Amino acid sequence: MHVVTFTRSTPDTAARVWVNDEGEVTWGDVGTVVNPWDEYSLEETIVQAKHGGGESTVIAIGSDLHNDALKHSLAMGIQNALRVDETGADANDSLVWSALAAGAIRKLDDVDLVIFGKESVDVATDQHTYQLARRLGWTMLNFVSQIIETDYAAGTIQAQKMLERGNQVVSARLPAVISVMKGINEPRYPNFLGIRKAAKAQIPVWSAADLGISIPAAATSALRYFSPPERETATEMISGNNVKAQAATLVDRLFAEKVL
Amino acid sequence: MSVFACIETFASAAESSSWEAMGAAQSIAEALGTDITAIIFGENSAAIAADAGKFGAASAIICDADAMSEYRLETYAALLSNLIDEYKPAAVVAVATSQGRELLASAAVDCQSGLIAEVIDLRVEDGSIIGARAAYAGKVLMEMSSHTPTTFVTVRGRAFPPPPINAAAKPSIKQVSPAILDSELKSVIDDLSAEIGAINLADAAIIVSGGRGMANNPAAAPADLSGEEANIWRAKDGFANTLQPLADVLGAAIGASRAAVDAGYIPYEHQVGQTGKVVSPDLYIACGISGAIQHQAGMRGSKVIVAINKDAEAPIFKLARYGIVGDLYEVVPALTDALKARLS
Ligand SMILES: Cc1cc2nc3c(=O)[nH]c(=O)nc-3n(C[C@H](O)[C@H](O)[C@H](O)COP(=O)(O)OP(=O)(O)OC[C@H]3O[C@@H](n4cnc5c(N)ncnc54)[C@H](O)[C@@H]3O)c2cc1C
Ligand SMILES: Nc1ncnc2c1ncn2[C@@H]1O[C@H](COP(=O)(O)O)[C@@H](O)[C@H]1O
Repeated sequence: MHVVTFTRSTPDTAARVWVNDEGEVTWGDVGTVVNPWDEYSLEETIVQAKHGGGESTVIAIGSDLHNDALKHSLAMGIQNALRVDETGADANDSLVWSALAAGAIRKLDDVDLVIFGKESVDVATDQHTYQLARRLGWTMLNFVSQIIETDYAAGTIQAQKMLERGNQVVSARLPAVISVMKGINEPRYPNFLGIRKAAKAQIPVWSAADLGISIPAAATSALRYFSPPERETATEMISGNNVKAQAATLVDRLFAEKVL
Repeated sequence: MSVFACIETFASAAESSSWEAMGAAQSIAEALGTDITAIIFGENSAAIAADAGKFGAASAIICDADAMSEYRLETYAALLSNLIDEYKPAAVVAVATSQGRELLASAAVDCQSGLIAEVIDLRVEDGSIIGARAAYAGKVLMEMSSHTPTTFVTVRGRAFPPPPINAAAKPSIKQVSPAILDSELKSVIDDLSAEIGAINLADAAIIVSGGRGMANNPAAAPADLSGEEANIWRAKDGFANTLQPLADVLGAAIGASRAAVDAGYIPYEHQVGQTGKVVSPDLYIACGISGAIQHQAGMRGSKVIVAINKDAEAPIFKLARYGIVGDLYEVVPALTDALKARLS
């Protein structure tokens, strides 16, 4: 029994991010964090692997920038980490990405459940999860807010999904790919021992050849990055003799601006 | 070669936000000199197809069959992929809802085609479709293109207005059969506790949001509560009896900061921000919210922002069009009264 999760490093959410003169995205020398949505998927992976009496593995696809996220995962308590890095493969394209990810899952061979975070906090495409599930032909359950039951021997999962229209409860056969929401659990903090162990860990790197796959051509390309137009922020502070007068002025302004 | 616009349905009706996909599809179709085909699966799709015609679809492909009566990723993706194979549309467009995201990403794998997700702007250059999207919580914008004959596009809610209605238009409608049967599925839906009529935050034109400041409610908590429990009671009371009346007058949805959610003042589905929902209403009223960068990530796209905060130095004022420095428990009821007087 084996639960796998994917993660990656993202710039700290408080970091200033801008486009430099070369047209590249940069956040200066501010560090990266594990993708914040993945704190929940990492926690759930640890819990589910323990519950099923099996193994947990975390995978990052891409450069050694993502080693930080892998080490954080190990420090939290994920048992194995590996990175898939193929020079020449444009892993920014999700078809290429999912080919590599599916190759890794097939090579591991014994995977029951793959758990993702809802999305990457930086690029926020929310497409990698679905494309991996589709390539594997596995059941896909997105936006899971609660795993109600898993029976790894029987190969079943029951989960609650948080959708726009309300909560949906779904029963499915394993293997499955799921994405989990904030609030599904309370992610643990890595403890000192975990951090020390993770620091020493050697993280294996697999290439496309190791996976025995050929890489598809990228279907998309990023053409350019640019700064958003400055928000017109002529703030008008509304003062007045009392709140009643202030409220009346605000209502006048909102009607004048035709937002009401 | 047409442009497919996927219309999401629920309980035999189109999700009204789906017509935004028609708006986005139209901008591509016009530039490519082609027309729009609405893709509608589920109960009542023939009637919905007639509406799609009014929003500008030249034709509609519908599948109103038992296997398709309820949205299931596998049945919908299999049929959509078959239709793309057969009709080879230049683009397939859907709104980036939980369905739209997974449906298009899955069909894009089947068709080995490029997907540009959560687009806020679209243009066509030398015949290729280019989508602009926000990255790094809106701190950066990027443009992407796809090189495959069909480009999949999901659009961010409220980024593309629905096209104007032409009540006389009549689309040609073609009914097709499901690609796979729901009996072949490896999952079943046990239950859906749908809140029909509830306002979806992402679709809301006006949002009234509360933050940690909601706990400073002067209303007295029950005597048996103290400390954090009393705070939670006061904040909940404030959301229900101070913010909700304002939202009711405005027809607004209720949002919240993460601090309010994490403290247990309000459920997570109301959270706005980088790890909550990204919203772009016409009017966003932030009450007792400081305006942390992660909160801004979710609401910076609002047209007009109003901030009510007792701290004149709160960063939210830098983003706001209008600001009132004061206690939200005095300002919000006054605002509700002023609006009631004005709107009646
Ligand atoms: C990885 C990560 C992701 C995050 N994601 C999100 C997210 O998605 N959404 C989000 O919101 N935050 C998010 N945060 C948290 C964010 O950094 C802030 O902590 C949070 O937004 C603060 O919420 P707040 O403004 O309600 O609380 P505070 O910052 O505590 O502000 C409360 C405000 O209320 C005012 N106030 C108090 N009483 C009153 C009163 N009676 N009347 C008027 N004003 C009053 C105070 O002056 C103050 O400005 C994230 C943080 C991290 C690290
Ligand atoms: N290069 C990557 N390596 C590992 N996991 C990733 C990578 N890119 C995205 N993910 C994960 O995929 C999920 C969905 O992300 P996205 O589709 O990028 O919004 C998140 O849990 C991400 O951490």
